[in-house]
Amino acid sequence: MGTDKAISGYVQIKGGRVMYNNSLFFEMPDAEPVVFFNDIYKALNINYPKFFKMDNLCKVVFLAVEVLLKDVSLRDKYKPEETGIVFSNANSSLDTDIRYFQSSLEAPSPALFVYTLPNVAIGELCIRHGIKGETACFVFDIFDALFQAWYADTLLETCGIKACISGWADFYDGKFEAFFYLVETGSDNLSIKHNSENIDKLYNQVWKN
Amino acid sequence: MEELMATLKKEIFEQLNLQHVKPEDIAYDQPLFVEGLGLDSIDALELIVLLQQKYGIKLANPAEGPKIFYSIKTMAEYITAHKKQ
Repeated sequence: MGTDKAISGYVQIKGGRVMYNNSLFFEMPDAEPVVFFNDIYKALNINYPKFFKMDNLCKVVFLAVEVLLKDVSLRDKYKPEETGIVFSNANSSLDTDIRYFQSSLEAPSPALFVYTLPNVAIGELCIRHGIKGETACFVFDIFDALFQAWYADTLLETCGIKACISGWADFYDGKFEAFFYLVETGSDNLSIKHNSENIDKLYNQVWKN
Repeated sequence: MEELMATLKKEIFEQLNLQHVKPEDIAYDQPLFVEGLGLDSIDALELIVLLQQKYGIKLANPAEGPKIFYSIKTMAEYITAHKKQ
């Protein structure tokens, strides 16, 4: 397909830092995940009580995309069916699976049970941003820029999608990272062409900083 | 009753991880769902677990749920009535 697709924004969360378009958005070194996440939430100045009910994987996904879309309203730019999501990670929902299993030894927690699937994170994004387009969730050993680019392209070219939130987020045993970008058809905000080389470059640049 | 309601409020805030509102802002007779604390269906399940875990009370008739879980006060009244049995 000939439609130009460009990355109009990207965000990374790792090592106590939140980077937005390669600029520091928030920093809190050596903080516990719960403190770090709560303080990013406060820095965003939003009011979304459901955030506090989410598991850690959903929290890091939610916050990353909240930063990614802080200056963009998908609701204003696109119809609900015109935005899609491609999300991948390595540890699925294992962190919460284990916590749920531990809770089940005494009294199984319904609030934990609802987060024992990794694609629940996609659902949280859909609710928050009014997204009703195609979505997909994958589990890989490591971030695969080639696959991520190919799948997002496929959605954009064949599923009536005009924008796609694409990325990777992992949370397991207190360790976490997130990398998301927004790809839009005809976007010229950053003039970063949507291809695996550029995605790889963006993914790796912050980890090196 | 006052002591039970205070304990219950603390337990509810802990169990439901309510961080968007302060305990002192919630009155004992204020609705827990919708216009009150804004709890949802998953929270309702957590409250059923709380009753079971902390007070050994199994909800016999789920249809009674909305009445029992209307407020901290109604929950405390239900606990008081059923712990005596």
